[in-house]
Formats: sequence, structure tokens, C-alpha cells
Amino acid sequence: MAKSLFGGGTEFRDAQREQAIFKRRLLVLSVFVVLMFAVLAGRFAFLQVAQHEHFHTLAEANRIAILPAPPARGTITDRNGVELAHNYTGHTLEITPSKVGDVDALIERLSEIVEITTRDRRRFKQLSEESKSFESLPIRNRLSDDEIARFAARRYQFPGVEIKARLFRHYPQGELFSHVIGYIGRINKKDVERLDEAGELANYRGTDHIGKMGVEQHYERVLHGTTGVDRVEIDSAGRAVRVLSRTPPVAGANLVLNIDTSLQALAFKAFGNRRGALVAIEPKTGGVLAFVSTPSFDPNLFVEGIDPQSWKELRDSPDRPMLNRALAGTYPPGSTFKPFMALAALTYGKRTPQQGFADPGYFWLGNHQFRDSVVGGHGWVDMHKSIVVSSDTYYYILANDLGIDNIAKFMSSVGFGARSGIDITGEAAGTLPSREWKKKRFGRDWFAGETVSVSIGQGYNSYTPLQLAAATATLANDGVMFRPHVVDYIEDARTQARTPVEPAPLRRLDWDREHLAVVKRAMVGVNISGTSARVFAGAGYTSAGKTGTSQVIAIKQGERYVESWVAERHRDHALFIVYAPAEDPKIAVALIVENGGFGARSAAPIARKVLDYYLLGKEG
Amino acid sequence: MIAYYLRRAGRAFAANIDGPLLGGVLLLMAAGLVALYSASNAGWGRMSGQIINMLVALTVLWVAAKVPPHYLMRIAVPVFAVGIVLLIAVALRGEVVNGARRWLNIGITRIQPSELMKIAAPLMLAWYFHRYEGTLKLRNFALAGLILMVPAVLILRQPDLGTALLILGSGGFVIFLAGLPWKIIAGFALAALASAPVVWSMMRGYQRQRVLTLLDPSQDPLGAGYHTIQAGIAVGSGGWTGKGWLNGTQTHLDFIPERTTDFIFAVYAEEFGLLGSLVLLALFLLVIFRGLMIAANAPTTFTRLLAGAITMSFFTYAFVNMGMVIGILPVVGVPLPLISYGGTSLVSLCLGLGILMSIQTHRKLMNS
Repeated sequence: MAKSLFGGGTEFRDAQREQAIFKRRLLVLSVFVVLMFAVLAGRFAFLQVAQHEHFHTLAEANRIAILPAPPARGTITDRNGVELAHNYTGHTLEITPSKVGDVDALIERLSEIVEITTRDRRRFKQLSEESKSFESLPIRNRLSDDEIARFAARRYQFPGVEIKARLFRHYPQGELFSHVIGYIGRINKKDVERLDEAGELANYRGTDHIGKMGVEQHYERVLHGTTGVDRVEIDSAGRAVRVLSRTPPVAGANLVLNIDTSLQALAFKAFGNRRGALVAIEPKTGGVLAFVSTPSFDPNLFVEGIDPQSWKELRDSPDRPMLNRALAGTYPPGSTFKPFMALAALTYGKRTPQQGFADPGYFWLGNHQFRDSVVGGHGWVDMHKSIVVSSDTYYYILANDLGIDNIAKFMSSVGFGARSGIDITGEAAGTLPSREWKKKRFGRDWFAGETVSVSIGQGYNSYTPLQLAAATATLANDGVMFRPHVVDYIEDARTQARTPVEPAPLRRLDWDREHLAVVKRAMVGVNISGTSARVFAGAGYTSAGKTGTSQVIAIKQGERYVESWVAERHRDHALFIVYAPAEDPKIAVALIVENGGFGARSAAPIARKVLDYYLLGKEG
Repeated sequence: MIAYYLRRAGRAFAANIDGPLLGGVLLLMAAGLVALYSASNAGWGRMSGQIINMLVALTVLWVAAKVPPHYLMRIAVPVFAVGIVLLIAVALRGEVVNGARRWLNIGITRIQPSELMKIAAPLMLAWYFHRYEGTLKLRNFALAGLILMVPAVLILRQPDLGTALLILGSGGFVIFLAGLPWKIIAGFALAALASAPVVWSMMRGYQRQRVLTLLDPSQDPLGAGYHTIQAGIAVGSGGWTGKGWLNGTQTHLDFIPERTTDFIFAVYAEEFGLLGSLVLLALFLLVIFRGLMIAANAPTTFTRLLAGAITMSFFTYAFVNMGMVIGILPVVGVPLPLISYGGTSLVSLCLGLGILMSIQTHRKLMNS
């Protein structure tokens, strides 16, 4: 510090000059401060003296509160008008923690008047941790008339506690549709920030809930509607006396799904207590007819905030009911991959339908032996038979000729390994293996042997049941591909005007008609004389299917997989894809039964039930 | 004997306290509590919290006043360096809260390094100009500008435009006071004007909305415009002498949003009118002018610049907040110094005011 003061002559003089500059600058800032404060004072005077009359009148008129009038959320129904999500008016008992001293003691006193369960208490505690203390939070929902009367009589004893009429969301079908519709939940901080960024926060004044999952989340903008404004006269205590004028809210639009509730229920029930997923699509439109993931959960638990214990049970269940298997579960497709492999081989000219070979039941690549699931092979096998009897060896050899690049290119065009863009949030992309993918994921080069596993739908392949269903629908529809969509149309709540969701096809794949015919004929053969012939005996319609089995644990070389020897959770997954009627497809289905073993035994019968119901109206 | 020790202890306790500054601070805090009591509907919940906040903040002030300025000079560079490292850590692996990456989890708790920068940036620049005292060239100013840009850009990218501007402001005051030539200042002013359209195109939707709302509050009556409209009515309806304590209709009928925090001035102005508002302005002027006086009397370049920057930051907060409430500035989240409810801002303001007192009371020691 002393350096500058007693240092060299020029520095000393410069330091003095800098100090002089500082003083002058300080003076400038002082003047600046005074000027700015003068601006403030001037504005005060303008508002408080010159404009006082005007603002005084406004403040007096401000006995008129401008209150948001939240819109009714759009309802969701199935294709036959069955209600899947609707609103009802109910009364809640709400506490504003900031107006109350000891909240716990208050709840204790309240519980003498209305019933408050431990679940209610836990949920309230959770809510108040997530909310600001001046927000009004429900301690009890759905008060009975009796309870309302009892509380109203003693209302004066409970400042900070109010009864409010609110619209509630209810999902009458419960767990049947939770993986499709999702649910709404209370708006949290993250939602607020998102709404603020999108410039929609004002439209959510007065709204407590927002779509958190599924269709409820995907169509949030459509379902929510536009908030209106009520001009309400209030008394000196701030209570509303009467409504003076209102800009009514515009109710959210209603959604009508492609799904048929009874088909959905039938498919859901067909799984029994097995874990799995099923997606049924109308090939000509991409409309989703059924969308099942089991086990499931009750979405109504989430609407007013789930209590911690129920949440823990759902989260920790080994059956993972919160996992949307159809949308976000990814599985190797097993032999259901073969029809697509065959079509790829024809498209790239690597096989003709007639080309065949004597199947020995194994294939050597270098010094590695790939085995067929049938010891000794299937005899003479051409393309048709390779699908009908599900020959592995045929595809081992084909894999080698086709190469991973062609496989990846073809499968990606059918939509494998990419999000389908379905109108349910939370979709997984799955994995379509390729050279580039492996380099990126593992930093290693591709091995020829890996192509062989990929060709029969094992190895790195991993797709959602939804992708498999969409691909089956595209195949059934001769390569005209639609984005799968559960919502058929959006219906304006007032005018009833309908806006269809997905009228135009996504893309048309340039497949040769004859090639398609070969593959489709073979899939018909599967259900007539092949692996699932017995399941479809006497169906009364022609269907085209393919069974699949995907390995959960790797079977070592020289070992045999014997189902009864492995633990249930390590058993193979059973898969099945099918469309019908074969000559004019109206429905395409893909499904998986986790740890179900062989595809024809546990998966195909579920598909048969679904087709029987959808095409013939047969139940059970 | 006991009386002697008590007197000595009392003197030691008050040794580094600057009377006029403390007087201004306490009066402002008192005004804040009066307004807060009304704003919280005569409830004690927030009052007791705020009183505790004030006691903590005053303790911080007292400790800061005891720390001699040469010690601050020693830690200026390390503190700034730590601040930068933390900001980079935030950019790389900070936690995203409400869509912005501002927080850093350090195991025990989460911290917001941009708060630290509010004091670290002027500290660093004051140290820098002190270091080159007597030999200041244009390139020193350029380098100082660069030093300031580092934290500002890091914070801007979080994104946190408000804090970035406040830090640019406090650092800018240091550079201005150090003697940045007027010609360059004029150049910057012109460049700023010319780049306004570019800035506009880079702003996010909600930021633009706030500016547009300032021009025409009625455009957005349920959103940000609502705040401006209702705060304006509250202030204007206060008249000459106000509606009286606890009698503000705007306040008590729930028309003023955020009335204990950012919009507390609307509560005050409604109930105490133009006279009360001018008294409050006078109290702010008292603190600011005492701070500028301390800066003028400070013995070294470091303490001069630091005192000037702290004081001008205090002014900026007060001006921006009141300007926002009365509708001449856009709605930004800046609390009214020493008045608004909230611990963080109280503590960081009192830290700065404590440093001012330290500069004032240690100046003889340094001169000798």
C-alpha cells in the first residue's frame, strides 16, 4: 500500500491524478443518484398526487376482484363413447398453512368433525412440502353433504380452513387404461417454469392440475382449454359477494380414442396375472385399437397426490406396474423378426423364394457353431418353409449374405429402433444394432457372428411391442405406414367439430408386390400348418402370424435350454405377431408375455382371443 | 472497576461501527418490518422469520466491519478464482432448477455461486486497479473489462440475465470510478443503442413479454401486467399521506402479488402515501450518501473503489426495485434492500455495508 504513496515521482503524481479523477467521478455518480431518485420522486408525485383521483377510484372499484375462471378439462372417451376420463364437482376441505399456526394441531381438531385418514395426513404432508405456505391445500377430498354441513356450522373456529368446490378428474376404468391415458397431477415448480417459458402461465391461473403422463400429458394443450375472467364484487373482508361480469372460460376439447374398451378389457384379462404387453393397430389408419401393459396401476391415486406409502409399494414391486411395457419396455423380437428379414432378403435380391437348402440344424461360422432350436434341422427349407416352421439355420446363412448394413437399413425403414411418434408421452426408442451404433455404444467394431444372432431377432436387437405392432401393421398394409395414434379425433367441446388426428400416411415403402405376397403367404402358413397352427384351428377367418421366443439368459455353447429347469424370471419371453383377415387386414397385433416360454403356447392364444372378439364379436 | 471493563468492552464492541450508516440501516429495517407486518395481514409468521434474518444479517455486518480492508485485499484474488471455478463447475455439472443451471451440489448443501460473484467481482476489480495504481493505461481498463466478462458470461449462460446485469453493473461502477475515459464510455453507450435489436432477438419469450408488458400492462391482465397494474393502483391510491397503517385495501384484499417480497414497496406507498415514500427515499439517500462519503474519504485505491461499488450496487437495487413497482422498469426479481422479506439478500447487503464500515473505521490505521 505504501508503495504507491511514497514510490517513484511519476507514479506518485499519477496516483494523485487518479485520486482526483475518482473524486470527480464520485461527484458525477452523486449527481446521477440524485437525478434518478428525483425521477422516482417525480413518478411518486405523478401517481400519488396528479393521478391520485384516478387511482383512488380504481382502488375503490377494486372491490371488484378479477378472478380466473378455470376451464373444464376435456373428457376422454373410447370409440364407442365409453368414458375413460371425466370431471365431477366435489367439495374439498382446504388449509392455507401460512394463515394457521400449528397445522398438526389443527388437523387433529378437524378430524373430530370430518374423517381424516392417515393416508390423507401423509398426502397433505407431502403436498405442503412441495408447495408454498400461502397456497390453499386439500386435506380431504370428496366431502359428503353431512360433513360439509358439520364443518360449516363451526367454520368460525377454523380460520385458514375453507370448503371449496372443485372439479375433480376421475378415471372410471382405473388400471385398464392407466398406461394409455396416464393421469393428471398437481402443478409443481417444474411445470410452472415450463409454462412460464412457453408463455402459458397466465392461462393456468386458477388451474391446479396438469397432465403428467400418457395422453393426458401429450394432449395437455388441447385438453386444458382457455381460462376465463370473472369480475367479482368482494366485501371488505375479501369474500366474493356477486359476479359482475365474466369472460367465460373455453372448455378444453374432448378426445375420442380409437380404442375399444371391451377389446382392451378382453386383452388385459387374457394376460391373467402374467406380465406383458399387447398393441393392436388398424393397419389402414394406424389407429390403436388396444394398448395393454400388465400389471398396471390405478391412475386415480395420482390425481390429488399419491401418498408416500402407496407410491413406495408401486415403485418397489418386482412386477414393476409403473413400467409401460408396450411403450417403453424393449425386448429382442425373437423369430417375429424373420418375416421382415425375409422381405429384406427379397428386396435386396439376396434370395429368391425358391432358393432352398437341406437344413442340418446348425451353421458354422469360422469355428463357431450356431444351432437351430430343432436338433437335426427341418429337412429341405426354402423361404416359405423358413417362416412356417421358423428355421433358424436359414436365417443364419441369410444373415451372412445380407450383412448387417443392409439389415439395419431395411429395419430402420420399417420403424425398428426409432420412436414411432405415438401420441403417448414416454416412448422408448429401442435399439436397432448397426456398425455405427456398436462403435458409438461400445467403441468396438462389428463381428460377423453378431449379424447371425441379429438375424433371428436375438443379440443386440431390442424393440418395444409398439414398434413390433407398427411394423406388422405396415407389412399388413403393403408398406403404407401410419404413425400409430390412440386418439382418433379431437372434438371441440362447444361446436362438436371434429379434427381427426392422423389422416395422411407417414410414408410409403417401395416394396415389390410379389415379394410381399411371398412373405404374407408364409405368415398365413404359420397359422395353418406352422408353429401356431393349433392355436388358430377353426378360427373362421384367415390370419397371418409369426411366433417368437426371445432369450432372457444366454444359453452357453453345448447347453440345451430346458424350460422347466430355469427359474420363472429367467424363462424366455414369448412373442407373437399377427394380422387378420389375411386378404383384407383390419387388425394387426403384437404382444409379448414376459417369461412366457415358447411363443405359440402362451402368446398366440391371447392374440386369438383378441382377433375372435374384434372380427367375430366372440367373447371368452 | 467492573464499570470500567464494561465500558471498555462496549467500546470494543462498537469500535468498528459507523454511526450514521448504522442509523440509516436500522431505520430502513424498521420501516421494512412495519410494512411487512401489514403485508402479512398482521400475522407474526413472516415477522418472526424476518427478525431472525435481520439479527443474523446484523451479526454478519458487525463481523465484516471488524475485518480490516488489507485482509480483504489479500483474499480478493482467491475469492474471485474460487467463484469462477464454482461457476464453471455449475456450467459443467450444476443442478437444473426451474430450467436454469444455477445451483451446485457440494455434498452437504446446494450453493448458488452467482451470489458470491456479486461481491467477488467488484472485490477483484478493486484489487486489480489498486495493483496498477499510478500506472493505469487503456489496456488496464480493457483487461479489467475482460475479467468482468468472465463471470458475467458464465452467469448469463445459466441463464440468469438479471444477476449477470447486476454483476456487470457493480463491476462497471469500479471501472467507471477508476477513471475509464469518457470517450470510451460514450462509444459503449452508442454501441449499446445500436445493438438493442440484436439483444431483443436473443431474449427469451418471457423476457420479451416483460418488456412489452411494461409498455402496455393491459396487454397481459392475468400475467405480468397484473402485477404492474395492481401495484400502480396501490401506490397511486395512497395519495399525499396514505390510507394509514394496516388500512391499505389493495394490500389487504390480496390485490398486490408478492407483497412481502418484491412488491413490498407498493404496500408501503399505499399505506404511507407520498410523504412516507419520500421519507423512505430520504433514508435510502442517507445510506447511499454516507457510503459515497466513505468512498471519498477512503485512503487507498482498493478501498475507494470497493466502497464506491458497494454503495452504487445498493443504489441500483433500490432504484430497480422501486422503478419496477411504479412501472418505469420491467418486472425483474430484485428485492428492495433491507425492506423486502428474505434472508439471502439481507445477509449479502449487510456484508457489503459491514465492509463499508470497516473501510471507514480502519482508515486512520492505514494512514499512519
